[in-house]
Amino acid sequence: MTTLDILTFFVYLAGSVTFILGLKFLASPVSARRGNRLAATGMAIVVGWVFVTEFLLREGGLSTVWILAVGIPAGALAGAVGARRVPMTAMPQMVAIFNGAGGGAAALVAAAEFMRDAGSGADLLPVTFMIATLLGAVIGSVSFTGSIIAFGKLQGIVSGRPVTYPGDKVVTGALLAGILALGVVLTLVTNSVPLFLLFVALALVLGVAAVMPIGGADMPVVVSLLNSYTGIAVAATGFVLNNYALLVAGTLVGASGGILTQLMCRAMNRSLFNVLFGAFGTAGGAAAAGATGDQNIREINAEDAAVLMAYGKKVIIVPGYGMAVAQAQQAVRELMDLLIAKGVDVEFAIHPVAGRMPGHMNVLLAEANVPYDRLKEMDEINGDFPNASVALVIGANDVTNPAARTDTTSPIYGMPILDVDKAEHVIVLKRSMAAGFAGIDNPLYADPKTTMLFGDAKKSVEALVSGVKAA
Amino acid sequence: MNEAVQTLPTEALLQALFIFVLTAFVGYEVVSKVPTMLHTPLMSGANAVHGVIVVGAMLVAASAEGPLRIVLALLGVILGTINVVGGFVVTDRMLEMFKRRPDGKP
Repeated sequence: MTTLDILTFFVYLAGSVTFILGLKFLASPVSARRGNRLAATGMAIVVGWVFVTEFLLREGGLSTVWILAVGIPAGALAGAVGARRVPMTAMPQMVAIFNGAGGGAAALVAAAEFMRDAGSGADLLPVTFMIATLLGAVIGSVSFTGSIIAFGKLQGIVSGRPVTYPGDKVVTGALLAGILALGVVLTLVTNSVPLFLLFVALALVLGVAAVMPIGGADMPVVVSLLNSYTGIAVAATGFVLNNYALLVAGTLVGASGGILTQLMCRAMNRSLFNVLFGAFGTAGGAAAAGATGDQNIREINAEDAAVLMAYGKKVIIVPGYGMAVAQAQQAVRELMDLLIAKGVDVEFAIHPVAGRMPGHMNVLLAEANVPYDRLKEMDEINGDFPNASVALVIGANDVTNPAARTDTTSPIYGMPILDVDKAEHVIVLKRSMAAGFAGIDNPLYADPKTTMLFGDAKKSVEALVSGVKAA
Repeated sequence: MNEAVQTLPTEALLQALFIFVLTAFVGYEVVSKVPTMLHTPLMSGANAVHGVIVVGAMLVAASAEGPLRIVLALLGVILGTINVVGGFVVTDRMLEMFKRRPDGKP
């Protein structure tokens, strides 16, 4: 080991420590930003070190330095511009895209390692090397295409409905079996490049096939899971390259992403298996279309709704994806300020899976300068609904559905919900009577104390604002 | 470091396995207690951390020979950099919104 190798070891060690501390700091609101910057600094040091040692100092390293000179500015520009331009509502999609990029990179690295060694001779490659390489290639590829489909579903380019067809599970199973069989052949029989390419192609198709049948409402869980997958793929390439920075960072993300996915599933009271294979929302969607017609819906105009709130004691606002889509958070903050000025107690009830990602609502409301202490988590606020004069539901649906408590046949039966129906009045801001993202009918709307205010959430809230001003 | 790949000695492999298992426990412990509102930034931050794959792509690039491996390395570097830069920037943007203290009157 040269001195340089030893130094490299310590740089990787330092980088790994910043990643661990970064994630740890990210778990608390006070230190989160510092954590992210710490990890970014560690990353910059590791990348800078590798650039210097592998390209500037190594003999012949300059011959391929142009790859970095082209690739890094191009990637940095695309990443930074994408991250800066994206509206806060589209964060989940953006995370999906960045994750897909990482998965793709891991697959490419694994492929490049295989190509070099497979091309050099007819002999079989060591089994451990092949296992790590194939794992990196297959998981990275699945994460790549899976993330792209998740992006498409969140962005509305691909249908948000679960896309299923007869025999789709057989096809997915066959893909898995094919990948497994090819993996065994590549490891034990021949290291043929065409077979490897077929192996990667099947993995890319598997990513699409695995995510298409999952409904848009479950995409956050899928993105989190794919994030964890990319971590594992990176860890696998860490084994291939015998590189501890990749190994530690990848494993960290693989493990923490897995936990995060579990936490998200638990918030919905569903198992990961149910999310991945349940085709959640198809059956309910069909039923909802028929049932909605029978409901007795009462509408309310913005003026009456505003009066109800302005002269109430306590208003609990329940934000959902509709608020995010309409970018209504500023108007909602204004409404809150006006109501508080009139002596009304205003709080926000945040369901763990409101919006498209856990914490999505918090991010949006924080952006609009709604103070933290008015944001209450589900367990904290559910006991308060009976004291509320008005529960104002803004573009949230499934998380308020009382069927989750009572109807054992409902697909969301057992999911913890916000008890908005316990409030004195429920005012629901909704674009139309269409079923929610999960495609399930919501009996809340037929409740005698519920009134509906139809329209774009932002316009409706602005109408409420002028109503409260006039009241 | 790349040159050793083909004949990665058992000892190195076992050491890597050792680190892998311990790190998995660290990842589990670090994330098990997180307030819901930080789940999205945490996912996004973790997403940026696995962007370290760009280092893997750089190592491939360092020893790349022949058009195929050069193309793979170039694509890997581009995608890896998108992951790192985009991931950290988007996380920072999310967290910018949490900068006020819990008592925070604007």
